[in-house]
Amino acid sequence: MSTETLSGGAAAPPRAREVMVDVKGLKKHFPIMKGVFRRQVGAVKAVDGVSFEIYRGETLGLVGESGSGKSTTGRVILQLDQVTEGTILFEGHDLTQLHGEDLRSLRPRMQMVFQDPHASLNPRMTVGSIIGEPLSEHRQGSSDERQQRIGELLSLVGLEPKHANRYPHEFSGGQRQRIGIARAIALNPDFIVCDEPIAALDVSIQAQVVNLLENLQDVLGLTYLFISHDLSMIRHIADRVAVMYLGKIMELADVDVLYNDPKHPYTKALLSAVPVPDPEVESARKRVILEGDIPSPANPPPGCVFNTRCPIAQERCSLEVPVFRELTPGRWVACHFAE
Amino acid sequence: MTQAATPVLDVTDLATRFDTQDGMVHAVNGVSFTLNRGEFLGVVGESGSGKSVTMMSLLRLIPIPPGQIVSGKAMFEGQDLLAMELEDLRSVRGGRIGFIFQDPLTSLNPVLTVGHQIMESLDIHTDIPEKERPDRAQQLLELVGIPAAKQRLDNFPHELSGGMRQRVMIAMALACSPRVIIADEPTTALDVTIQAQIIEIVKELRQRLGTAVIWITHDLGVVAGLADRVIVMYGGQIVEEATVSDLYSDPKHPYTRGLLGSVPRLDQKGLKLVNIKGQPPSLWERPASCSFAPRCPYAFDRCRAENPPLMDVGPGHKAACWWDVDNGRPR
Repeated sequence: MSTETLSGGAAAPPRAREVMVDVKGLKKHFPIMKGVFRRQVGAVKAVDGVSFEIYRGETLGLVGESGSGKSTTGRVILQLDQVTEGTILFEGHDLTQLHGEDLRSLRPRMQMVFQDPHASLNPRMTVGSIIGEPLSEHRQGSSDERQQRIGELLSLVGLEPKHANRYPHEFSGGQRQRIGIARAIALNPDFIVCDEPIAALDVSIQAQVVNLLENLQDVLGLTYLFISHDLSMIRHIADRVAVMYLGKIMELADVDVLYNDPKHPYTKALLSAVPVPDPEVESARKRVILEGDIPSPANPPPGCVFNTRCPIAQERCSLEVPVFRELTPGRWVACHFAE
Repeated sequence: MTQAATPVLDVTDLATRFDTQDGMVHAVNGVSFTLNRGEFLGVVGESGSGKSVTMMSLLRLIPIPPGQIVSGKAMFEGQDLLAMELEDLRSVRGGRIGFIFQDPLTSLNPVLTVGHQIMESLDIHTDIPEKERPDRAQQLLELVGIPAAKQRLDNFPHELSGGMRQRVMIAMALACSPRVIIADEPTTALDVTIQAQIIEIVKELRQRLGTAVIWITHDLGVVAGLADRVIVMYGGQIVEEATVSDLYSDPKHPYTRGLLGSVPRLDQKGLKLVNIKGQPPSLWERPASCSFAPRCPYAFDRCRAENPPLMDVGPGHKAACWWDVDNGRPR
């Protein structure tokens, strides 16, 4: 598997546009309990009604600042957290209605790569048993076959098969993330949620891991939900992008469409805030500076959640929640004034 | 800023080590640079490159022991910061040299109000009479764009958001009208829209106050729009130094090139990220050869035998590399 075979994030969108994951009206509220009797006094609306589709073979980028609910969305889709409301169809099966063995039998098909490779690998297990665990858990192959598969997986992610006997602490951050990826692909999944997979890594190592993910996508035909706060990296890796703010999707479109011509005032501000490593471009740029801070998801503003910081907000915005509507085919936006 | 380039800070051959249980860590290995009056100097590097330890060493803010400053001189207003009595150095820290840290929550005292902390600094470092200090503190908060500044003086740090706390840190650093501000990844812990707010304030303040700034970061984007000059660090050494436009348009060191190639850009859809192979260097030994050589696509025999010094490669442009990337031959 050479890196030259890679077509990168610029890969053409999948031809047939077959929907793999269909999320409708997804909500995840975490209760806030108080007092001796642990009464519920409110809720953190981490995800508050999001709908989107993920097509087979694509990378859907999910961007947002901290507290936007992007990671919770990823976790709920994989049923690592229970939904509060909404449906998640995975190839037609509603994951929110599946339990026990039915859900478990679908697990090998959908996996997750976590942000922190230090916290997500058990320090007392060898790399081989970390990667082999899903294989034995789902009873795949004999012991010998599993050993061979572990070796294959390690070379697939750019490590050496002999590393199987070592422990996580013997590896650097980037290598640990490779181990996490090897584990995620061990059961030949179709769909992987990558939750900030490069946020904890150094710049020069980030590119290595992203190239690996892109390469694996080509070789194994994977579908990604790529969650990140790094707008430059999302532009590089994603086919389509959804922008989240306070538990809602503000805008969703093909990556170039969204970056070249953002329609939502939040997207505009977000894109203009990202520094570009080029002094000439930087000196010519006009920034939209947003006032204030992100409100708390426990107490989101009424109407449009962005109205407290929006440069074009009007009275209507604090009264009426904007509908997440399809402006032109494939381009969705939640703003009263977008056109 | 082209103000006849008078140095306000002149560092030569700084080396810092940490004597740990596992062995000696060579964190900074012979760093020399100057900071001119009113200049904005960006210091770029990945974790372990020595960028923070270098700046902390200047004010002897590293824990000693296990840390030790092995060699070096840091001339600031005619005095060597590294040779000065600790008592005198204290008046420099937070006075004529201000410091802004990455995480304002750990650098602000959680049990004292914001106002108290700013006034404490005014008390120690200035001769503003006590009566006038609350007004001055309020002015400072207004200066960094904190709304309802008067009320904020009575807030504790935990009552403020991350962006507001960082503004307080900047206000504190400015409290004593410093000559130099050293900012260590001041926006790394912040969200991108908040980072943009802080950068905007720093830009504006700089034009108004003319303070020299050293801005340490791992993000090549952040300093592109701010800095006059940029230093790139790797393995505890400076590998390249140039004006901001030269560094980004015409990088001479393979590491700088690799770094610029490995970050995706918001304004371009690149085809593929060029990654730098391998891992950052371990710092267990003082580098005898070029510490980037194991990862460098241009490395040849000399690179593995001899550590390249920082050499002039153009007007105001220095690189520590034996290979002339422009002409494709050894230097």
